[in-house]
Amino acid sequence: MADKSLPEFKGTPEQEKKLLEVIEQNKDLPGALLPVLHEAQEIYGYLPIEVQQKVADGLNVSLSEVYGVATFYSRFSLTPKGKHKISVCLGTACYVKGADKVLAEVEKKLGIKSGECTSDGLFSIDSCRCVGACGLAPVMMIDEEVYGKLTPAEVDKILDKYIAEEGGSN
Amino acid sequence: METVHLKINNIPVEVPQGYTILQAAKQANIEIPTLCYLKDINCIGACRVCMVEAKNRRGLLAACVYPAEEGLEVFTNTPAVIKSRKTTIELLLSNHKKKCLSCLRNNNCELQKLALEYGVDEDRFQSEEPIYEIDDLSPYIVRDNNKCINCMRCVAACKNVQSISVIGAIRRGFDAHVGSAFDKSLDNAPCVGCGQCVVSCPVGALTEKPQEDKVWDAIADPTKKVLFFTAPSIKATLGEAFDMPIGTNVEGKMAAAIKRLGENVSAFNMDFTADLTIIEEANELVERIKNGGTLPMFTSCCPGWVKFVEHYYPEMLPHLSTCKSPQAMFGAVLKGYYCQKNNIDPKDVFVVSVIPCTAKKFEATRPQLRSDENYDDVDVALTTRELARMIKRAGIDFTNLPEEDFDAPFNKATGGGAIFGATGGVLEAALRTAARILDGDFKKVDFEEVRGPEEVRVATYEVAGVTVKVAVTSGLGNARKLVEKVKSGEADYQMIEVMACPGGCINGGGQPTRSDSVSNYVDYKALRSKALYDYDKNAEFRVCDDSPVIKMIYDEFFEAPGKEKAHHYLHTSYTARDKYYK
Repeated sequence: MADKSLPEFKGTPEQEKKLLEVIEQNKDLPGALLPVLHEAQEIYGYLPIEVQQKVADGLNVSLSEVYGVATFYSRFSLTPKGKHKISVCLGTACYVKGADKVLAEVEKKLGIKSGECTSDGLFSIDSCRCVGACGLAPVMMIDEEVYGKLTPAEVDKILDKYIAEEGGSN
Repeated sequence: METVHLKINNIPVEVPQGYTILQAAKQANIEIPTLCYLKDINCIGACRVCMVEAKNRRGLLAACVYPAEEGLEVFTNTPAVIKSRKTTIELLLSNHKKKCLSCLRNNNCELQKLALEYGVDEDRFQSEEPIYEIDDLSPYIVRDNNKCINCMRCVAACKNVQSISVIGAIRRGFDAHVGSAFDKSLDNAPCVGCGQCVVSCPVGALTEKPQEDKVWDAIADPTKKVLFFTAPSIKATLGEAFDMPIGTNVEGKMAAAIKRLGENVSAFNMDFTADLTIIEEANELVERIKNGGTLPMFTSCCPGWVKFVEHYYPEMLPHLSTCKSPQAMFGAVLKGYYCQKNNIDPKDVFVVSVIPCTAKKFEATRPQLRSDENYDDVDVALTTRELARMIKRAGIDFTNLPEEDFDAPFNKATGGGAIFGATGGVLEAALRTAARILDGDFKKVDFEEVRGPEEVRVATYEVAGVTVKVAVTSGLGNARKLVEKVKSGEADYQMIEVMACPGGCINGGGQPTRSDSVSNYVDYKALRSKALYDYDKNAEFRVCDDSPVIKMIYDEFFEAPGKEKAHHYLHTSYTARDKYYK
């Protein structure tokens, strides 16, 4: 049962200062863990072990409790998000129209799984439930852009466009 | 005390206010089945096995958390209740790895017991079985989450009792499971190895790391001498593995059984090195008091406690006695003194300790437990459960065995050594000896003040003009509170005994698994402790320095407590560890 390798942590002193302030403001409140994790995610974009340890230290709770809360809510992410955030809708309408194949194609194309980020930090994949565009099912969003009536082949083309914009290499 | 009146299955009962339906039912001699409930440890009403029906109440009620109310009429066995329980158990079994035949908890599993009682169809619900990697990297505990039913008893034991919280609930829904932060192996987490999670587990998801096979291999090797020794508490608990009443002293049968495991096997009495620990520790205490050493001195015989200090209070390490634990001392005595005296190459000796505890398995792997760099002092540390399994496999009819003595020369020990197995015992034995060092005519032997179930016991003694203030606690949650008091200067004791497990070694993480009927309704800790205190009361010698084996070993080998040789073999050092990692 080897420990999973995680991307290298690149927190800045400014981020740390902000986090410590948030902990200081909240540490005497009951149930401080949840709001502090929300803020921590805002500051760092995700909740790596280094950040969770600082939260555990600051609030005097165990790391396993912090990790338990961080993994319970889908709002929190343990991995960094990419420059382009891809979100594939797995809501009912999209699902019956083959959203699973869309997600599989995105994963295959980028070589990462849903919830992960490419090593160059350009793309991250997530799934979501209904973006309110069921008429266009199946749907995915890249950043704020909505792409509808997708097929795996089309997914390929769309992603190629983004990859080309970023300098060609995947 | 305010009471309430209610009826359970038409039987009127009167119980104190604040009782749950579960407790009230027991008063009417009805045991409502439970799974996630564990007295004093976990009470979260999560598993829904203890459901009961009540008049004028909608739906079913969880008996473990629902308060007994005035006038309540409860029914524990209606068709609706039975159907609900049965479905719950079938759902639990839907993604439970049902490899019962090879499970260490076979015939001793709460889920299996309930499945049989409720006549469930184990395959009624076919579910996708999650595949979790088995975590067997630590030297003490194995976690197989494929068998876990998410009752959270282990999590509660680790958090509520031990205040460590090195495991917790991770993710949600079908992905919910128990593990360490970032799903790291227990081996790479700041776990102290006490094993309270293991003895809290109702199923086979948590077990000790089994090592009997290594011992069987050594017994089968004619070039090896296999030297067993059994910790003080084992005599008070091993009988339970053979369905004997809780608190039966089986010392004689245990010695007889071990000797029957093989021709090359010897059975020694670890109470002897408990005595030896006291001689060294009492002298260390008197030295520290007289020479202005670091005080208070904490006992160091409990490896869970030692690792707790190393991880969570490394700044307090100078407070730990430098004495090795009785297990560690015995390993050093056997591979040092015994081998030299009998002209045996230590490589031909295989040392097996039988201990109440999973943390001792870790202790046996510590680099400090190598008196000689070429070998480990203790080759294998077996829990009480593993010894019981070996005795069963060897076909030994344990309950009908004659009582025999341990093997010479390590056969005799004192009552002071025996009570090491109960909380307060180490301190009491040390007081008996320390008082004598200070005042040769000191007669008091029973120090009742430091015995008992209270979370912290405190006492002050005056001996030969010296005031000795002592404290005892067990359970690491209680220990943490005491350490904080010492750090803040609020507590001014000279000596503090700490055992990681509540009640001491008799409730260790390696002791025979208790059924929930015992855990929830029987004061098993008191019964097991009583066996040791009765043993002490009737012992030939009660003060550790009176043991003839102690006299022999200092005359022949160690010369005097704290001397160079004693220091090399009987004292140790500690390692400051990280709060978040191994």
